[in-house]
Amino acid sequence: MSIFTRFKRKSVDNDASQVDIFNKETEGLSQGQIVLRRFLRHRGAIISLGVLSAILVFVFSALDFKIGFLKYHGWWKYSYTEQPDLRTQGCPQFLSGCPTLSINPFSKSFGLGDHPFGQDDIGRDYFALVMRGAQRSILVMFIIGIVGGAIGTVIGAISGFYRGKVDAILMRFTDFIITIPSIIIGSVIGFHFGNLGATFLAFYLGLFAWTGLSRLVRGEFLSLREREFVDAARVAGASDRRIIFKHILPNAVGVIIVSVTLIMSGAILLETGLSYLGFGVVSPDVSLGLLISQYQDSFTTRPWLFWYPGIFIIIIALCVNFIGDGLRDAFDPRQRRRISRKERAQAKAVSRAKQGEN
Amino acid sequence: MILFGSSFILYNLAAISGDPLEGLRGSTDPKVKVEINALIHQLQLNVPPPARYFIWLKHLLTGNLGLTRSGNPVSTELSQAIPITIRLIFMATLIAVILGIGLGIVSALRQYSRFDYAMTFVSFLLYSLPIFWVAVLLKQYLAISFNNFLGTATIAPAWIAGLSIVSGFFWAAVISGDRKRVFTIFGISGAATAIVLTFLSLTKWFSHPGLGPIMIAAMGIGIAYAVTFLSTGLANKAARNASLAVVALGVVLYFPTQYLFNKYPGALTVFLLACLTVGLAVGCGYYFAKEDRRPVIRTSVITSLVMGVIILIDKLMKTWVPYVNTDAVNNRPIPTIGESNSLLDPGHFWFTFLDILLHVFLPTIALTLISFATYVRYSRGTLLEVMNQDYIRTARAKGLTERTVIMRHAFRNTLIPLTTIVVVDFAGIIGGAIITERVFGWRGMGTLFNNAITNFDLTLLMGVFFVTSSLAVLANLAADLLYSYLDPRIRVVSK
Repeated sequence: MSIFTRFKRKSVDNDASQVDIFNKETEGLSQGQIVLRRFLRHRGAIISLGVLSAILVFVFSALDFKIGFLKYHGWWKYSYTEQPDLRTQGCPQFLSGCPTLSINPFSKSFGLGDHPFGQDDIGRDYFALVMRGAQRSILVMFIIGIVGGAIGTVIGAISGFYRGKVDAILMRFTDFIITIPSIIIGSVIGFHFGNLGATFLAFYLGLFAWTGLSRLVRGEFLSLREREFVDAARVAGASDRRIIFKHILPNAVGVIIVSVTLIMSGAILLETGLSYLGFGVVSPDVSLGLLISQYQDSFTTRPWLFWYPGIFIIIIALCVNFIGDGLRDAFDPRQRRRISRKERAQAKAVSRAKQGEN
Repeated sequence: MILFGSSFILYNLAAISGDPLEGLRGSTDPKVKVEINALIHQLQLNVPPPARYFIWLKHLLTGNLGLTRSGNPVSTELSQAIPITIRLIFMATLIAVILGIGLGIVSALRQYSRFDYAMTFVSFLLYSLPIFWVAVLLKQYLAISFNNFLGTATIAPAWIAGLSIVSGFFWAAVISGDRKRVFTIFGISGAATAIVLTFLSLTKWFSHPGLGPIMIAAMGIGIAYAVTFLSTGLANKAARNASLAVVALGVVLYFPTQYLFNKYPGALTVFLLACLTVGLAVGCGYYFAKEDRRPVIRTSVITSLVMGVIILIDKLMKTWVPYVNTDAVNNRPIPTIGESNSLLDPGHFWFTFLDILLHVFLPTIALTLISFATYVRYSRGTLLEVMNQDYIRTARAKGLTERTVIMRHAFRNTLIPLTTIVVVDFAGIIGGAIITERVFGWRGMGTLFNNAITNFDLTLLMGVFFVTSSLAVLANLAADLLYSYLDPRIRVVSK
């Protein structure tokens, strides 16, 4: 049956010519350059990176914000707290605050209009709300990623490098935290610290998001510390700290980056889930999960209140996931990309030419 | 041991971070002092949290989970909620694992094909979906629209065309081959889908579903061939004959089974019939295979179980029309809220059975959708890794068929790391279940958990945590047993 046959054929003719091509490609390049090249070749990841950066700029430049005494004026006319009059003109009967966004280039109303995503119950501009929510969600995502990544790296590095008792204690501690489902711990934290603002919430959530990462880092350290270059460094009189940070950590950076991306994609769903349950970001602040939970019942009558925040969550999470996938492929030395027919034919021609010379 | 540690952390965290007296402190009631004192006494707030934890632990060891703040024993609250949540988690995990592994394997065997890219994209998309958002969409588009659709039970031609094209693409991508073959498969499967759907639409099958013995026989033969093909290969005549015989027996026994179903409705009947089915299948396998009986018996047992499920589904389909017409259901069979219909007569076994299944339908789909993406990714990745191993090359060099190489050598080794993923993911599914229950208004563990947190109810919170983490530990135990089955080198040592 052909389900099974195809694989065989392909994997047989993979080997010899493929190795040739790979060797040629990586000649004279540093590890970093190889990784970068591989990453750039992952089309999904590059597209996602572009989309995510575009969203970041778009979302953060839309609204006013203040850093210290520096004030920035967003390009969007409303703020998320303003309450302009509810628009009823042009809406279906008995409805108010419907979206004015029109993507049909031939209609008269083409363009953003006054309230592209509509208005909520009390007339706040939904576009501004969604922008604010997306800002919060992205902020939470990055903070959790950074805090979780930092703690996980340190704990994993210490327990992998020193082994023995330190390792046993730290890993038991990790096990304790792993057994608690993240949504439970998140709710307990979120319920009590949610009113301190999204930043604090994210910080506290990050304190519990490092477990998987620390295990991976530990494994990496356990194997790297036995390598010759570590011995060489030790013989040369390097301190433990120098060995950890200068010698081993740069070699483990692939694992760390990849799992930080995974933490981040998990974080955005955790935050929206918590806000949905009411244990995350609380009103008057806005988050995408909170918006969905507030307006899920109006789905049948005013679907736009439900669609837009959801779409933003999905796009952000999807981009982060794809970037993570691209990074994993790039850092994984076993990963081999697909060789196009053209390249294979070229390689064959080259080897034939060589044989001819001999 | 680990449970002890993590419960200690959680208890203190919850105890420090909240103030159960908050509601009373703000009150202007003159008696408020007395109430506060009573509460302090009741919840032992004068004892510091770490010490209070040990009091709780002492009670737990004697089997006493304590009282909730409203005075009910935690154990009774839990015993009502546990079956509901387990029903949800179990169904979702099972479906997600089967579907995920199946699609992941096909995707790996077709690495870098369009199907593979599509699967990768779909699984990433599902992976990024917030479950509460999916759930609301499912409610709207699956439940409400389907209920409306049942009013007419005819499928619009546009839908038929669309579904046929989708099915054509799907099968062409799965089976694949050269260009001509792909087009043939696309044509055949698309046309078949179109014919079946038109037929179903014209006969209004959806409002009067049923299979009947002929359909059961036809499906049975197809299943017998499919199971034999995957399990032992069609070259094994004994296995093929045994599973065909099982199907024949199933069709013959169809009528007496109906009688039994009607005469003695109940879970016991279903269970006994299932036992009987397996017994018959083992007998068939034993009879047809003269040597090397194990694979044959395995094949016939799998076939018989699928057959049994089909007969059960047929019975449920027969229950459909009277069920839909009851006042409690009132022609809106797919519910969007609750875990069972309380208006239904609880004495009627088949009604309750169908009711529970229909209620579990939407939440299960929601949970399955988000968790199965993980399995697709992992099973694809692991299978690709396994296919590059030396023992696969050895197996091929021995001249084994590609089916044996993949199903026996590669697939089995893929399952070992996958077991770990399933267990790790279990905690995630519990988390997902908490949100899902909220969306669908189930009164399970998730609701208890919600109440516990909003009311600062420590004993209830710890009760919920105790159950969820026990479930996780049990899942770990099951995984260990599975490991030793899948990989005989691993032994479970009992001390």
